[in-house]
Amino acid sequence: MRLILGVLLTAVSLVAAAAPDGAELFGRYCAACHGDKGDGGVGVPLSLPTFLDSVDDRFLAETIRYGRPGRVMPAFDALSDAQVSAIVTYIRAWSKQPAPIYGDKPVSGDPVHGKELFASHCAACHGENGGGGKGTGVTFSRHRDLPIIAPALNNSGFLRAATDEMIRYTLQYGRPGTPMISSKEQGLSGQDVNDLVSYVRSFDGHATDTHPADPAVAATLSAESPYTLEETVENIKQAITSQNFILIRTDTLEHGLVKEGEENPRQVILHFCNFNFLYEALAVDPRVGMFLPCLVAVTEQAGKVTVSTIDPQYLSQLFNNVELDEYCKRMRGVYQSIIEEATL
Amino acid sequence: MKLHQLTGFLAWVVLFVTQSVHAEDIIMTRSVLAFPEAMLVLQESIAAHGYTVSRVQRIDVGLTGKGYQTDKYRIVFAAKLDEIRMLTERAPQLVPYLPPKISIFAEGEQTVLVTINPERYGIIADGAVDPVFFKRWESDLRSIFHDVNSAR
Repeated sequence: MRLILGVLLTAVSLVAAAAPDGAELFGRYCAACHGDKGDGGVGVPLSLPTFLDSVDDRFLAETIRYGRPGRVMPAFDALSDAQVSAIVTYIRAWSKQPAPIYGDKPVSGDPVHGKELFASHCAACHGENGGGGKGTGVTFSRHRDLPIIAPALNNSGFLRAATDEMIRYTLQYGRPGTPMISSKEQGLSGQDVNDLVSYVRSFDGHATDTHPADPAVAATLSAESPYTLEETVENIKQAITSQNFILIRTDTLEHGLVKEGEENPRQVILHFCNFNFLYEALAVDPRVGMFLPCLVAVTEQAGKVTVSTIDPQYLSQLFNNVELDEYCKRMRGVYQSIIEEATL
Repeated sequence: MKLHQLTGFLAWVVLFVTQSVHAEDIIMTRSVLAFPEAMLVLQESIAAHGYTVSRVQRIDVGLTGKGYQTDKYRIVFAAKLDEIRMLTERAPQLVPYLPPKISIFAEGEQTVLVTINPERYGIIADGAVDPVFFKRWESDLRSIFHDVNSAR
């Protein structure tokens, strides 16, 4: 027993003391979104040479630590410095070029002129106020040939990770292979570039990406029905139609888990859909399947009939995606209307 | 503490040190397999872990049927009957979240899987169910995802 104990304790201490393995950490925390080889997916393509050759290690490390609030990329704030460094080293190895090094010195420019330039040269991709392109990754939001979605420049995570010098370099040289073209190709002078950097930096402190969890939002929306279970199910069907959704099917909760006829008939689930809404939501975040299919449950327990559904706003808080929040707010309204209409 | 309990505990510590940095709300993995093969591995692994696939919702089929262009996208519902009955009895607020589901969708030649960390269901259950139950669910899901991730 002592031998086994000793071996296991040694194993624990060895594991704890071992240098972090960047490949293993990337595989565990990053690959699901960014791809095994960093070629992108739900997340941006990190191995894109023109991306890696224009961002410094600090940018990568800060992005891992603080993420992009409201823009899907979570903050991996529980990783140690050594673990973050190991991931950065692993990512950096995809590039044949050495990592650029940028200083911390602020770029001096005219943010007012920068704002004008931004409106005419940058806003088409990066959004009027630097909010970035719409959608998430390459999955459903756009054509796969387009390698990257314009980042949100007004995001607090971006502003924290990117130095002025890095932003200036990106403006000067662009990102070949992406829609981001160089300042020269855009006919911008060196001072114009500085003015643009100065304008982007002015977003600092005005970021609109905050994504606080609302403790008042409960996990479910529910109401007691004054009708019988059968009447309530019929009411729900009508309410679904009146909200421009299509009823897909009506099942018991235990459908598929037990032989037909042995299911609890007092737990009914109504599945429904609005395909246009669904299509739009998938483009906003491909992980939206966690909300699907739209459903309302009607259950009877001890003579009490209850109508309930998930609260999309509650679930949305888990996804770090402000665009998705808007869809969930709309869907919450639809669910509330259906429940109210069916239980009035 | 008996030997098997001790070794089990220490093995768990090793697993914790190597696998866990912090609880994630969403669990994701990627498979290098194309969608049909990844789907097959997923369903086999679910069965091997003792769960029943109660339904596969073909989101992509519904969308293409309505004229939308989309890649493969399915929702796999899986559970154990006795566990579902226990949960709906003790924590009826979980009903709309049941059976638990896994989203599986194609991303080019690869496949991505997403699910909610079952620990979240424990939070929703609000003490009505032992948290260890959801921890075990999480462990099973991670094991299933590992099977899909490592399949070649």
